[in-house]
Amino acid sequence: MTETAEIEKLVGRGYKHGFVTDIESDSLPPGLDEDVVRAISRIKGEPAFLTEWRLKAFRHWQTMVEPNWAHLRAHPVDFQSISYYSAPKARADAPKSLEDVDPKLLATYEKLGVPLHERARLAGVAVDAVFDSVSVATTFKGRLEKAGVVFCSFSEAVRKHPALIEKYLGTVVPPADNYFACLNSAVFSDGSFVYIPPGVRCPMELSTYFRINATNTGQFERTLIIAAPGSHVSYLEGCTAPMRDENQLHAAVVELIAEDDAQIKYSTVQNWYPGDENGIGGIYNFVTKRGDCRGRNSKISWTQVETGSAITWKYPSCVLRGEGSIGEFYSVATATNLQQADTGTKMIHIGANTRSTIVSKGISAGRGQNAYRGLVKMLPSAHGARNFTQCDSLLMGPRCGAHTFPYVEVKNPTATVEHEASTSKISEDQLFYCLQRGISEEDAINMIVSGFCKSVFKELPMEFAVEAQNLLAVSLEGAVG
Amino acid sequence: MSEPILSIRDLRARVGGRDVLDGLTLEVGAGEVHAIMGPNGSGKSTLAYVLAGRPGYEVTGGTVSYRGRNLLELEPEERARAGLFLGFQYPVEIPGVNNVYLLKAALNAARKHQGLPEVDAFEFLALVREKMKLMQMDEAFLSRGVNEGFSGGEKKRNEILQMLVLEPTLALLDETDSGLDIDALKVVARGVNTLRSGARAIVLVTHYQRLLDYIVPDHVHVLARGRILRSGNRDLALELEQRGYDWITGAAA
Repeated sequence: MTETAEIEKLVGRGYKHGFVTDIESDSLPPGLDEDVVRAISRIKGEPAFLTEWRLKAFRHWQTMVEPNWAHLRAHPVDFQSISYYSAPKARADAPKSLEDVDPKLLATYEKLGVPLHERARLAGVAVDAVFDSVSVATTFKGRLEKAGVVFCSFSEAVRKHPALIEKYLGTVVPPADNYFACLNSAVFSDGSFVYIPPGVRCPMELSTYFRINATNTGQFERTLIIAAPGSHVSYLEGCTAPMRDENQLHAAVVELIAEDDAQIKYSTVQNWYPGDENGIGGIYNFVTKRGDCRGRNSKISWTQVETGSAITWKYPSCVLRGEGSIGEFYSVATATNLQQADTGTKMIHIGANTRSTIVSKGISAGRGQNAYRGLVKMLPSAHGARNFTQCDSLLMGPRCGAHTFPYVEVKNPTATVEHEASTSKISEDQLFYCLQRGISEEDAINMIVSGFCKSVFKELPMEFAVEAQNLLAVSLEGAVG
Repeated sequence: MSEPILSIRDLRARVGGRDVLDGLTLEVGAGEVHAIMGPNGSGKSTLAYVLAGRPGYEVTGGTVSYRGRNLLELEPEERARAGLFLGFQYPVEIPGVNNVYLLKAALNAARKHQGLPEVDAFEFLALVREKMKLMQMDEAFLSRGVNEGFSGGEKKRNEILQMLVLEPTLALLDETDSGLDIDALKVVARGVNTLRSGARAIVLVTHYQRLLDYIVPDHVHVLARGRILRSGNRDLALELEQRGYDWITGAAA
């Protein structure tokens, strides 16, 4: 079979999570103006400061222009055709326990394999499941509360911990930061909130499963994680979305704050619907993720495995403010069929002796286009700061592309920046070697690709490393070098 | 006489637009060790690749029967699962893939083909450790990437280790002796010799007689210009060492 024909087999693979749950939704009609922003805030019973905060963001957003600098081709988003709020229809009162949750909703999670039930305790995973815009169930609260950890939906945090929200919201990603972050600040519906008190090591991995369900709803989560001095937390988000012909917008904002000696590990497995083989449909994943290493010797580590979405446009970043703080970014991004990925990171070194590591693995197949875009910035105050960047691209087939855009700005002569980059193909030699050992072509490719991604996978929490590997295998099914 | 393991008749093959094998005939019986010698560019490695089914090596004529089946209609992985093993002259590196992982996948592929369940993890490790000891390999090899950063000698030992674990019916060893010092050569030879049995056959492709001091062949063939020009026993190899190839290739011209 020819190389091209092999790759066409990609087309044959179905999107495993492409079902739609039939639940009545409470949605706002499509369209966006100040009244919609107010309505969202009112539905959620927010305090006045937050309503004002949203409105201010919205007014600013109206003055902004959609950016077009990324290495992407996208249909323009019609912001007036999106419904900005969609919640599963509320019962007389909100669910108090899993028994109160709509069984259909639970069945959806079942299909996704989200460990929502008590058995999940065995896996040590606490899930704050976001169904469209509202958190429907949060597990393991008890055990976390005992440790003093707050892990809840963003809306709940607004009600129960307004002071923390007011203090930290928008301090890492200011509303005016960029076009999509600004839109999110105006209309964000829900998301997750985590607070780890001083000196506490979070007793379990925290995990959120995002899922876009209703048609024509953009999803605008807001996640805020605060690690107080000396605390540790590991957080994982997994994302899937049903199959739809139109492009759906996902514009989330994630803010991480690490105080003195605190550590945050944030892992993402993103498997949004990528669109079909002709590039019809699929999620536009325009996300702003940033971590602020505020404290001395703090550490923020981003790990992402991005296999889905029609377009991925995100740069999980670290602001290394605290002296001796550490930022890490480990990424595997795949682009198959007509998928486009423009992803990377920014490491902003402000404090002395700050360190950052960037390991990016891009895999392109079919007609996929994969771009790494990264900024390493050493400010004049960053004495003795160090960065190491490694960007590797793997090409599968003749019609895909890999692009690397590294930006480096060094304003302190004692800072060191190292950059290594490589582009390779799965070689015929490697493939034949595996075949000659009796291993099928499919397995051989998976093996070689997994090997290529190994230095990133090993950063994932163990139970998710396996999932990520499987996901990668599914998304590259039929592709060959 | 029992059926030969490998029977090649009038094999012709072309690589990169050039006819490399030109009517090669060879029969390898069960329990036999054959050595194929010949000058550079005579088609020795091509023969090994054609038998293993490497893409780009086009068979233009002749037949190859392996244990009574038409070998040429099998995919490369099917040939491997049916017990054909190629020890590569230049084993490729596969970064990030553990040796032990590849080895297990290979063994399980063969077992699946035979209708056997996957190998038990503990039994597998015990088996591999035993073979590694024989090959004088350090345990650390297992967790390293496939041939990643290996020296030439380590790569060759690794090939033989894989062969010992997979226990093939027909082993084709392509210049396994090249790049080995005398101690490593002895280790490799010992490994190969443990595989000799009445049910198996081994074909050694080599430049030098030296290897044959340690793996004593039943038959020696001279391959030149794409066909077997002369066959004999061990003495032929010794004669080649003294006289070179010209007296054969020249005589046939």
